[in-house]
Amino acid sequence: MAPENAHSRPPPAAVLSSPHGPRANRVDQVMLQVLLALIPGVLVVTWFFGWGLLINCVLAILFATAAEALVLRLRRRPVLPTLGDYSAVVTAVLFACAIPPTLPWWLTLLGMVFAILLVKQLYGGLGYNPFNPAMAAYVFLLIAYPLEMTNWLAPHLLTQHHLTLAESWRLILFGALPPDLSWDALSAATPLEALRTQLREHQVMDAIRGAPWWGSLGGRGWEWVSSAFLAGGLYLLWRRVITWRIPVAMLGSLLLLAGLFRLIDPQHYPDPAFHLWSGAAMLGAFFIATDPVTASTTPRGQLIFGAMIGVLVFVIRTWGGYPDAVAFSVLLLNIAAPTIDHYTQPSVFGHGRKS
Amino acid sequence: MSRPDLPTPQLWTFHGGLHLPDEKALSSDQPIELLPLPPLLIIPLRQHIGAPARPGVRVGDQVGKGQVIGTADGYVSAAVHASSSGTVIAIEERLIPHPSGLPAPCVVIATDGQDAWAPLPAPLTDYRHLDPALLRERVHWAGVVGLGGGAFPTSVKLRSERHIETLIINGAECEPYITCDDRLMRERSVQVLEGARIIRTLLGAERVLIGIEDNKPAAIAALSAALADTGPDTHIRIIPVPTLYPSGGERQLIRILTGREVPTRGLPAQIGVACQNVATTAAVADAVLLGRPLIARVVTVTGRAVARPGNLTVPIGTPLSHLLAYCGGFREVPRRLLCGGPMMGFTLSDLEIPVTKAFNCLLALTAAEAPDPGPALACIRCGRCAEVCPVRLLPQQLYWHARAKAFDRAQAYNLFDCIECGCCAQVCPSHIPLVQYYRFAKNAVWAQEEERRKADQARARHQARQARQARLEQERQSKLRKKREILDETTAAAVPGGVADGDLDARRALIEAAKQRAAAKKAAAQSSTEPVDQG
Repeated sequence: MAPENAHSRPPPAAVLSSPHGPRANRVDQVMLQVLLALIPGVLVVTWFFGWGLLINCVLAILFATAAEALVLRLRRRPVLPTLGDYSAVVTAVLFACAIPPTLPWWLTLLGMVFAILLVKQLYGGLGYNPFNPAMAAYVFLLIAYPLEMTNWLAPHLLTQHHLTLAESWRLILFGALPPDLSWDALSAATPLEALRTQLREHQVMDAIRGAPWWGSLGGRGWEWVSSAFLAGGLYLLWRRVITWRIPVAMLGSLLLLAGLFRLIDPQHYPDPAFHLWSGAAMLGAFFIATDPVTASTTPRGQLIFGAMIGVLVFVIRTWGGYPDAVAFSVLLLNIAAPTIDHYTQPSVFGHGRKS
Repeated sequence: MSRPDLPTPQLWTFHGGLHLPDEKALSSDQPIELLPLPPLLIIPLRQHIGAPARPGVRVGDQVGKGQVIGTADGYVSAAVHASSSGTVIAIEERLIPHPSGLPAPCVVIATDGQDAWAPLPAPLTDYRHLDPALLRERVHWAGVVGLGGGAFPTSVKLRSERHIETLIINGAECEPYITCDDRLMRERSVQVLEGARIIRTLLGAERVLIGIEDNKPAAIAALSAALADTGPDTHIRIIPVPTLYPSGGERQLIRILTGREVPTRGLPAQIGVACQNVATTAAVADAVLLGRPLIARVVTVTGRAVARPGNLTVPIGTPLSHLLAYCGGFREVPRRLLCGGPMMGFTLSDLEIPVTKAFNCLLALTAAEAPDPGPALACIRCGRCAEVCPVRLLPQQLYWHARAKAFDRAQAYNLFDCIECGCCAQVCPSHIPLVQYYRFAKNAVWAQEEERRKADQARARHQARQARQARLEQERQSKLRKKREILDETTAAAVPGGVADGDLDARRALIEAAKQRAAAKKAAAQSSTEPVDQG
């Protein structure tokens, strides 16, 4: 067959530019890696807080995918290839991880429609959105529905009441508690909120640390959630889906500031580990601040971006109006990212190092 | 590895780079084979950077092997030679291996099968004691150009205004698949070393560093053995460098071996370095020591679509179909047919295109080796491109600006420092053809500059014309004014009291009076002469 073939022309596809080999990576693979890395965190949350998160994940994925498909239809864009990049699924799962596990279903719907429609697709879809969709939706709901959004369950170590799968569904879909239970029996303040309240009541750290909710690193149960997200984050680092700069800079600056204030006044500031293992610090550092679309992209810029988030998290947690601050901090730095990028361009080969 | 008594040389790194599947095993074990003569040689007159060669033969001429058929047209140009003996049957435009896919002037020779050499110049074996100008002239005559792909005339690079401290011989061969330099280093190691010595003599360099990626241990061993055989030479060192694409880029290899960065828009000579490819070095040795011009080169024919991949010594001008037929043709219809490697090579549209001096690899990739990357998705700004960029550019920002046709912004992000190595596009999860965007932007900037140059030229011409016309008009006016002044002076002198300018009646009267006076004078003169005649 060879000699005849030797004179046949190559197919017309051969006008494409180099490189010609198989590509190393694809967007959907990146997103699937992120989803894979979220699994330990989701499982640990489910272990400590019941079925709520899994139900929320299912609902959020459903709503986000439907919203994305709808907008794509309206924008006359190909629906299936875009859904196939799984970015809407990642947004949905991150959102579900951030909200209370018993959030009414219509708030999840509202959040996902807000995230996909307004924050993502109105700006042009994946890659064009200036804000992290999951965090923008979270903040929107937190401001509009503060009660529902801060109604957290107690971890199962601290309560005898565990919602079954069916009870969780009923609670989320109809707001119906099991007949023999009240919210007071089920819910509990998050460690950050509890700490905040108790410090406002002029308790000192020595006393607070004796509280039943206090664990070894963060709040009981919560510290395991943070560790699970940390493990997922390390997996992402290992698979080179994210780089070390943003998480290290964010956790580093948080650790540094918390450590500094702890040294100055150990009775009124919790130890730095508590900051890292409470709230959304780990989830934020590895999964949210590292959202490539909305983060800084230059190496030095990523260090500044991460460090500033850490500073804001500490400032808002310590002196601000909200117990946790990861979402606010990330959104604030999202606005600053283009400016940071502009001023932190690397020195190009052969241009002489500025250093 | 090079010399056991010397400490391991310090190596530096460059930013980014990629570990790619090297795919060299397909052809690296195939010794170089001499390709039989093709019936037809198509020899482009421009196979190098610079001015095309001037054709020195006519249709119908008999040419001998090694005869100059195109002379170098200027300093930055290179001669081309007949790769075998035969008859010139055409001098016309033919397709050549070029990314543009456009035809260019070629000399077409029907070979006679004799392969008879034309008279060759005498070997210059005693090069150490010869005038360097003579050696450069020989290399210039031999039409040697950079065989690593750059195709810059080598004779130009053999002279430097600045002191050259280090001569780097580039045997990195970092592109996947390509093995021609590997085989050349193994099989012609003596020529490579001789060439290195000649170039070192010419440049007066203190040391020669031969950089070879460590995925070619056989080449490193062969060169080391040849260096040991040819006696102690403390000036030459063979240095294995870590395999990392694109360490074979000139600036990258200089960085790895010397720790210094060639200034942007500058030449290696500015930091006291000269760089030559191993095949070029061997070609210099052939020209000086054997008096042979560059009429053949080693070409790797590879890719899984080729039935029998191998390395061939190919006469310049041989059509690709001839190479392929020798290698058993295609095993399957290739998805892509390339000149060069998968990272920087360009697609070929035809198999009657000839091999040129810079043609290092004919790569036929199957659909599995060059899968369709699919439609480009939106950039998710992941920054992998910036991580792998060996020039520390921000490929993503370049892409946004190139796409928005904001070419001045792209230039502010150092568009022209891009070496088009393809690393960014290779790792892009959105499969955006980034390099294509940069080429597009560069071409647009060049076109804009050309346009601006033309517009400036036209404006200058127009302004010169206007100035000339104004000057001529002024000259005319001043002449007229002078005439008028003279006229005025004479009339004023003739009529005391003067005459108002433009007083036509008065002037006419004056003219009339003058005429009458002249007539009277004439008449008077006539009347006064007549008596003399009569008398």
